Amino acid sequence: MGMTMTQKILAAHAGLDSVEPGQLIEASLDMVLGNDITSPVAIKEFHKMGAGKVFDKAKVALVPDHFTPNKDIKAAEQCRFVREFARSMEVENYFEVGEMGIEHCLLPEKGLVVPGDLVIGADSHTCTYGALGAFSTGVGSTDMAAGMATGKCWFKVPSAIKFVLKGRPSGWVSGKDIILHIIGMIGVDGALYKSMEFMGEGLQYISMDGRFTMANMAIEAGAKNGIFMVDEKTIEYVKAHSKKPWTVYEPDEDAVYDEVYEIDLSKVRPTVAFPHLPSNTRTIDEVGDVEIDQVVIGSCTNGRLEDLRVAAKILNGRKVKKGVRVIIFPGTQRIYLDALKEGLIEQFVEAGAVVSTPTCGPCLGGHMGILAKGERAVSTTNRNFVGRMGHTESEVYLASPAVAAASAVTGRITDPDTLLKAD
Amino acid sequence: MKAKGKVFRYRNNVDTDVIIPARYLNTSDPKELAAHCMEDIDPDFVKNVRPGDIIVAERNFGCGSSREHAPIAIKASGVSCVIASTFARIFYRNAINIGLPILECEQAVKGIEAGDEVEVDFDTGIIKNLTRGTTFKARPFPEFMKRIMAADGLVNYIRTKTE
Repeated sequence: MGMTMTQKILAAHAGLDSVEPGQLIEASLDMVLGNDITSPVAIKEFHKMGAGKVFDKAKVALVPDHFTPNKDIKAAEQCRFVREFARSMEVENYFEVGEMGIEHCLLPEKGLVVPGDLVIGADSHTCTYGALGAFSTGVGSTDMAAGMATGKCWFKVPSAIKFVLKGRPSGWVSGKDIILHIIGMIGVDGALYKSMEFMGEGLQYISMDGRFTMANMAIEAGAKNGIFMVDEKTIEYVKAHSKKPWTVYEPDEDAVYDEVYEIDLSKVRPTVAFPHLPSNTRTIDEVGDVEIDQVVIGSCTNGRLEDLRVAAKILNGRKVKKGVRVIIFPGTQRIYLDALKEGLIEQFVEAGAVVSTPTCGPCLGGHMGILAKGERAVSTTNRNFVGRMGHTESEVYLASPAVAAASAVTGRITDPDTLLKAD
Repeated sequence: MKAKGKVFRYRNNVDTDVIIPARYLNTSDPKELAAHCMEDIDPDFVKNVRPGDIIVAERNFGCGSSREHAPIAIKASGVSCVIASTFARIFYRNAINIGLPILECEQAVKGIEAGDEVEVDFDTGIIKNLTRGTTFKARPFPEFMKRIMAADGLVNYIRTKTE
């Protein structure tokens, strides 16, 4: 029986010629990731297991990014605990404030993940690296601990859903709109326990930053992983960022998929997910009049340079609507610096937005932009659950950087095209 | 191994942000986490939950974040078992790894209401609704999972195996 991309990567890492859905395997890990929230639990478990050292100092990445710069004393203690562990274990990929970034923006940028890799991370958005043609998935702290100790993890081989992308996206439509459109179509458990595999001629019109956004949100459809077919854009990205050797896995011609969806990208419209589920989507033409209090642009979903460029294209020369708070988070220090050199940061500040250091901050209601009772935010992040960004009676509307930036100018959820035509 | 208790009943897509809101993730202490368990979906949960009680929910329980704090908070609040139609996959792994028994059984979910008294036999997978006198059958845990549960989680299980 033919195998999917995911199944091929899993088989290769388990030392098997082939695997099939439902099979339990033990696979070798190329990278084990944790952050300041999940690592402290993992480190305690790691010690309880009696492990003396990590399996490979080059294959563990610890990124304090959630409550950093330390938001309170407890957060500071958690970060110190992770820092001391990283030092004592001589973990090579520990990134302190100043060299860090949001983990899922940072690892690809540092070249730590390449096509064909198998990565686990104690963060649900670890699935982001599927954009590179790698298998990556979120796990909990105990799995992270076992991964750090042994370099291995058990998996149940997933079946898969194939998404064949066709046509060219129009106007402001981005990876965010495409993935929100897909989640709206299949639901928040539409890919539960499964892989989402993206391919087709439409792929050529989606940038690497757009693919990271799409793979990042595979978990919002319940998927085990999201993975993209490797093409010239992937190779170009990997060559520019990494020196690690890589392997390209393509699905067999007779690979079995549970379902196949054809997505005509030319028909996808800017899409917004209304509270309180990422699947509660409407096209920009259907949103109606939604007044907002805050705009967040950034996160592991949409904090990359292309996202900031799009936001700047709209905000440059315009002003944030009086009374609306706009907070922009570049994903990494590198992205921050590039945005600074390109003049984007200046354009944001001139427009009346604040620009923050990289942090997960407000995305999960941690710090740096919490919502009060009854407040509404348009956010380029990934979840809009009850209380996700603050008070349980606040609301989060998920959207692309273009829609978020246009909404910042008008104070209500806005189609960027409408804003530009009005000028 | 058996569990018996009163049921807290929830619907689809109970996410990890309502099980334990991120604002409390500056600690990993189970007792502190339990003090805020289910706070954003059911503010009375912590006040009313008693040791042994059971959570019953519909589809995709535990969706969202990978935070192990979510099953830790549920377990530390005294809940003996979670029964759902389906679980989100990371939550499923985490619950097993920390030794929180969970069962997938759609029929049971349909036949159990809030406040019902329910008994679960993990060896047989039999779920009894004592209030309504009905019985359901979930797939029992395989042997290795039973041993992980008995050892109170994967870490202890590994330790007892190596000792």
